[in-house]
Amino acid sequence: MAELVLDAVAQSYAERQVIADLSFTLPEGTIGCLLGPSGCGKTTALRCICGFEPIRTGEIRIGGEIVNRPGWMLPAEKRRVGMVFQDYALFPHLNVADNVGFGLRGASRAARQTRIDELLDLVGLAGHAGQFPHQLSGGQQQRVALARALAPRPRLILMDEPFSSLDVELRERLSIEVRDILKREATTALIVTHDQHEAFALADWAGVMHDGRIQQWDTPYNLYHEPANRFVADFVGQGALVTGEVINDHQVEIELGVLDGHIPVECDASGCAECVRSCRVEVLLRPDDIIHDEDSLLLAEVENKAFRGAEFLYTLKLPSGQRALSLVPSHHNHAIGEKIGIRLAVDHVVAFRCE
Amino acid sequence: MPSAGVLPEARPRYSGWMLFALAVAALVLVPVVVTVSSFADVEGDILAHLTEFVLPELVGNTLWLVIGVAIGVSVLGVSLAWLAAMCDFPGRRVFEWALLLPMALPAYVTAFVAIGLLDFTGPLQTWLREDWGLTSLPEIRSRGGVILVMSLALYPYVYLIAKNAFSTQGAIALEAAQSLGLSRTQGFFRVALPMARPWIAAGLMLALMETLGDFGTMAIFNYDTFTTAIYKAWYSLFSLAAAAQLASILILFVLVAVVFEQRSRTRMRYGAVGRSAASRRIRLSRALAGLALLYAGMVLGAAFIIPVIQLALWTRDVVANDLDARYWAFARHSVLLAGIGALMVVTVALLLVYAGRQRPGSAMVWTQRLATLGYAFPGTVLAVGLFIPVAWLDNWLIDIGHTGFGFEGSELLKGTLLVMLLAYLVRFLAVGFGPIDSGLHRITRNIDEAARSLGSGTPGLLTRVHLPLLRTSLLTGATLAFVDILKEMPITLMTRPFGWDTLAVRVFEMTSEGEWERAALPSLAIVMAGIIPVILLTWRGDHSHG
Repeated sequence: MAELVLDAVAQSYAERQVIADLSFTLPEGTIGCLLGPSGCGKTTALRCICGFEPIRTGEIRIGGEIVNRPGWMLPAEKRRVGMVFQDYALFPHLNVADNVGFGLRGASRAARQTRIDELLDLVGLAGHAGQFPHQLSGGQQQRVALARALAPRPRLILMDEPFSSLDVELRERLSIEVRDILKREATTALIVTHDQHEAFALADWAGVMHDGRIQQWDTPYNLYHEPANRFVADFVGQGALVTGEVINDHQVEIELGVLDGHIPVECDASGCAECVRSCRVEVLLRPDDIIHDEDSLLLAEVENKAFRGAEFLYTLKLPSGQRALSLVPSHHNHAIGEKIGIRLAVDHVVAFRCE
Repeated sequence: MPSAGVLPEARPRYSGWMLFALAVAALVLVPVVVTVSSFADVEGDILAHLTEFVLPELVGNTLWLVIGVAIGVSVLGVSLAWLAAMCDFPGRRVFEWALLLPMALPAYVTAFVAIGLLDFTGPLQTWLREDWGLTSLPEIRSRGGVILVMSLALYPYVYLIAKNAFSTQGAIALEAAQSLGLSRTQGFFRVALPMARPWIAAGLMLALMETLGDFGTMAIFNYDTFTTAIYKAWYSLFSLAAAAQLASILILFVLVAVVFEQRSRTRMRYGAVGRSAASRRIRLSRALAGLALLYAGMVLGAAFIIPVIQLALWTRDVVANDLDARYWAFARHSVLLAGIGALMVVTVALLLVYAGRQRPGSAMVWTQRLATLGYAFPGTVLAVGLFIPVAWLDNWLIDIGHTGFGFEGSELLKGTLLVMLLAYLVRFLAVGFGPIDSGLHRITRNIDEAARSLGSGTPGLLTRVHLPLLRTSLLTGATLAFVDILKEMPITLMTRPFGWDTLAVRVFEMTSEGEWERAALPSLAIVMAGIIPVILLTWRGDHSHG
């Protein structure tokens, strides 16, 4: 296991910039996630780290050793970087044990067998050693692929959309399992996904990618509650932007009331209270920031609703006509058009300057 | 700075892989260039003789043959494919694969059996004449006879590919047509048949390439086409130039077929629809089912069962005398040549497939296509077109040998297996390439990358992943090439070094003397080997359905 550093990495195919100025550090033993819509360059980043693609500028270091720089890369087979592919890419002619043992060349027979047993035990497939990949379910194949990548004790594990071909229920269970396995092996791991729930369930660190750049590299909690820009705010979680006016450097007023907190709006002349005052901003309201309260005097009209089992996601029309979302326990079943009482519960004020 | 790295920016423009693919493609082009350039060196008398007496008959014969066989194989192939793929009748499960069995019989075997049975002196006519006083049975040694025999021998090409087309798209198309108010017959002619047209055309073109390239049948029937004329120019006129000129005209015919075939293949790709129709077969009425059984049975009987029985009967008569040391020598030569040839084919095919993997791109795809086009070339054309350049090379080397090293001989390469093996390679490369290419396509790039990320370099990738996964494909390719070379007649006949007589050569020699019985023993051996690819074909077909 080792620290992974990307330093100003760029890569392009035939004029098209796929990754631009990509920098982040994944500390040793932690799990990182690259999150982004398809085509944002996250898979290319993974392939560069794995040694399948050259880079144009910058450098990639694993455990302090440079593995990529412009015009040179350490071949994939010499990197000790394990990869779990989207389609698993298990070897169809080898059984589960031999798949897992594929990367254990050079080890003694006994050591190889011990490691295979240890890993099959870890991924819960101890009884399946003699089976062939086509005899396994999708989830089992996934775990074999993970075990195979972990077997040679790589410095780093990479996973490309590891759960995308599994059904939703299995996905959540497996992502928790995978985190558990990775933590027990104390591996540094980088996972690429477009699914934020996976990222939240797995990652210690996550980066939202867009247009080949990392928009924000942070903990999943901060990505949700303190998004650095509109793209991150929009991509991670749900929410709505409502207009507001800055009162001073720790207060902003929106139509539902005054919010207290740090106002992270950059002003042209920062620190100047006069200037910040009356600055027009847009404030991000998450669905959990608006709480249904029947006693509240603040009313909003239910414009739309989506039943989610334990709760309803209501789209509310505020008095000014602006829209906001609210997550309400599902025993509060209100009809569309009905006016309901709401109350603000904002812990993290996120505001962007009006464009 | 670590030293063991690659420089991705500094990849050479041309690579060893691309050069290799180009070299194989060039080998295919050599016979074309050589035969066409033979017009540069015109021998006046011979050319005049050719254009005045030979060519008109050859062109006429060839056109009639092509038209007749096209109709014959289309009618037989499409009707049987429809019955086997879409209808239910007694014995359908057996017929479905048994109707492919005629592929095991080279057309020249069907030909001499047909003549032996149906000729004036044959058992059928003798019986009709003596017991019934009938004498007016149509002559088998005729244009009609050749067309009949070729159609019976080659219909499986259309049958196989049309059956696949019908069973993947027939039922859905037919149901759609019926829901729009068409009767079943209307549905067949207006929907199912037009939909399957690219498939039928592709199969038809393969059958016609075989027809244009056939030498043995034409020789047995004494029906002069380009292949026999090339052979005669080669042996009787001893004119390489005349042979080459005739070959270049034959190439024109073949190229037309190639263009049509390649176009149909492109359309097949667009027209492909999934889903099997197995559960929704048309239930035929009792009478119709009986007719279907009778029809399929008659075709199978005429194209396979009767010929094989006749071969077995003849063999029984001569086996005591003919199964001698000479026979075993023929068999040994056949197996040896087919073995060496198959090994060459599979090796070159594997490298060509690998080249595509290493250097993907449209340039490579076109090069591969060109390199595997040799299957379309008649053996006689390849024999002439490869002998001539090798002879040039030989003379050049001998000149150098004479002046520089005091070499005394007059042959260096000509007396060797070189020309023959090169011709086999060109003609049968596609047979090996097909299964290996599709085999490697099933191994995804992710599998390669998985192996590399687990520490395998290129040698490890080849020995630990690719070769084990490709074993079946390699074996299939080798078997198909082996059997094709075993059956091959004109290349072997024209380019074999002295003393390299094979089973097919023996068949030619015996049939050219009208000794059908004595041709039966080597033929039976060829047929038995020929059944293996049919089994492979049905086995693979079953797999692709499951």
